[in-house]
Amino acid sequence: MTVHTTSPQFKQNAARALHDPQLQKALNNVKQGFIDKRQAAADKLPEFEALRDSARDIKNHTLEHLDLYLEAYEQKVKASGGHVHFARNADEAREIILSICREAGARTVTKGKSMISEEIGINHYLEANGIKPVETDLGEYIIQLRNELPSHIIAPAVHLNATQVEQDFRRVHTHLDAKRDLSEPVQLLTEARAVLRERFLAADVGITGANFLVAETGTSIIVTNEGNGDLTQILPRTHIVLASIEKLVPTLEDASQLLRVLARSATGQEMSVYTTFSTGPRRSGDADGPENYHVVLIDNGRSAMLGTSFEEMLRCIRCGACMNHCPVYHAVGGHAYGWVYPGPMGAVLTPSLIGVDKAGHLPNASTFCGRCESVCPVRIPLPKLMRHWREREFERHLTPASVRSGLSLWSFFAKRPALYRLATRAAMATLGFAGRRRGRFSWLPLAKGWTKHRDFPAPQGETFQARWQRERKGGTA
Amino acid sequence: MSARDEILAGIRRSLGVKGNETIRRQIVQDRLERAPKGVVPARGQVSGEERIALFRTMAESSLATVTEVGTPAEVPQSIALFLRDHNLPATLRMGGDPRLKAMPWSETALEISQGPSEGQDLNAVSHAFGGVAETGTLAMISGPENPSTLNFLPDNHIIVVSAKDIASDYESVWSRVRFAFGKGGMPRTVNWITGPSRSGDIEQTLLLGAHGPRRLHVIVVRE
Ligand code: SF4
Repeated sequence: MTVHTTSPQFKQNAARALHDPQLQKALNNVKQGFIDKRQAAADKLPEFEALRDSARDIKNHTLEHLDLYLEAYEQKVKASGGHVHFARNADEAREIILSICREAGARTVTKGKSMISEEIGINHYLEANGIKPVETDLGEYIIQLRNELPSHIIAPAVHLNATQVEQDFRRVHTHLDAKRDLSEPVQLLTEARAVLRERFLAADVGITGANFLVAETGTSIIVTNEGNGDLTQILPRTHIVLASIEKLVPTLEDASQLLRVLARSATGQEMSVYTTFSTGPRRSGDADGPENYHVVLIDNGRSAMLGTSFEEMLRCIRCGACMNHCPVYHAVGGHAYGWVYPGPMGAVLTPSLIGVDKAGHLPNASTFCGRCESVCPVRIPLPKLMRHWREREFERHLTPASVRSGLSLWSFFAKRPALYRLATRAAMATLGFAGRRRGRFSWLPLAKGWTKHRDFPAPQGETFQARWQRERKGGTA
Repeated sequence: MSARDEILAGIRRSLGVKGNETIRRQIVQDRLERAPKGVVPARGQVSGEERIALFRTMAESSLATVTEVGTPAEVPQSIALFLRDHNLPATLRMGGDPRLKAMPWSETALEISQGPSEGQDLNAVSHAFGGVAETGTLAMISGPENPSTLNFLPDNHIIVVSAKDIASDYESVWSRVRFAFGKGGMPRTVNWITGPSRSGDIEQTLLLGAHGPRRLHVIVVRE
């Protein structure tokens, strides 16, 4: 795994995050924006809950037959003139991508937003091999300039404020007038649009991810609001699609079911602006489009999750709703999680992908409030899966030190003044949980964690839900 | 073992299957053939005027502008008017779509050019394959006469759609695609477009015209 992880230092990361006023200001945008928009979109569609069931069932069905759908998909891609490559792990994926780029004589590569490309760390690898990758999603472009990881899976630069972006643009776009006005966000957007337009037109290869792959037709689907993914894939001579194997769905109808919950859960839009279905390279006589079409199917730990309690995590469609609704994410942001995937989905997925030794404590960064599960469009029981990791850590009899670090992480949360209300909520939610299943989780440091901090005012006799509602409306928490 | 075979074997090991079970193969085959629709929202299940009105409302809520004309022959004038109203130059790029070509462009002062976009065009017009009333979405199909670049590179994108091609839902568009391209067949690119390009990446502020068109204008042809 070449993407550097700081997951083992979650506690230090979180402490730093809590004392970073810039970050705290930026994180307010998450709390205020995403939650209400999602709720409004869900309220507008009476079938929304039924669609969530449908989305869950489609993903479950596909995972149960994943070997066969992969074969069917592969066959259709080949029949439409495309190439399919399989990669067991990040190393293999990077090598395949590099050799396609070399074959295309690529000097520059444009990229659409893709979490799997972050996971395999393709940018640094291409750069080390003399090929310049250019991120084109505005948020990804900004964090590439800063040499950072995304802090959110759909809003990669959500941890930044406009003034920070302005400073980065001034530092990097040195060919532009130093005295130009960049005080308004729209000026930043206009500048990025002009700079990236040149990159789009010059690129030799375009790399995108895929939100879904359709077995019925051999189609890859990308969803964007900017249109950058489309310019990435239709302008260069070669289009490479990177996708992990669980992106498969059987048919166009199945994809349409999932698309109905994706945008609503992510940004509260009825539908994202651009949903693009690509099948093979340009056809004879076509006016534009790539001449070569490659799909790199990446396992990197997924096949081993099938058949385990973590299989459910493979339903994830990367909408970001779980982190948008997570009080811990709101408090510390995405970078504290230390790897590619933050928030509740990251707390479950990261230990599966980079190892329980490095990230097994992330599931402790939870108040078990259950908001993530209640909004997950494919109904992944995230709190349950986080508890599974905790159980595993315990059952494996990890060294006392490791266990302690898990426990001390919990008390760390309980102690932080900035997390005072959060801690109260955590205790209430957790006590309720322990009350239901006493014994099984008796190792949780509940009593100790609570009594040790009893100088905190007692819970105020308000229900958690009511309190959440009120604080959410007020924009504080 | 190749990476491909090893991944498939790994999946089968995890699932506890061999891969050759007839019943599993049948289930998959059946699903691919039947393509069950799932839950289709009632919202779009209206017809006639009501469907057009819903399409219009939804497209407008995605920040597109919508206008209606009676016949294809009225499209050029309508576009000329739109460009003038927005103080845009009277230039227009388009592909070779026969439905567009047949329109009386010479009745306007528009300066027309043809072909895919190379990134310098301010205004372009495309003809949609269809529309979806449920969300005000346009469905575009690539081909020799319909360059995909026109959907993304110009600043102002105008899409013409026939009222009769506005469907209730996505599923209806897929069945038309299957009719045109055969079951399991697809054009190189299908673009669903719902509103103009936008980004919220800077402080979650909505800004239009991120990389694609800043304006999306839809002309519904009634006849
Ligand atoms: S776990 Fe669920 S809510 Fe979180 S990103 Fe995945 S699909 Fe969305």
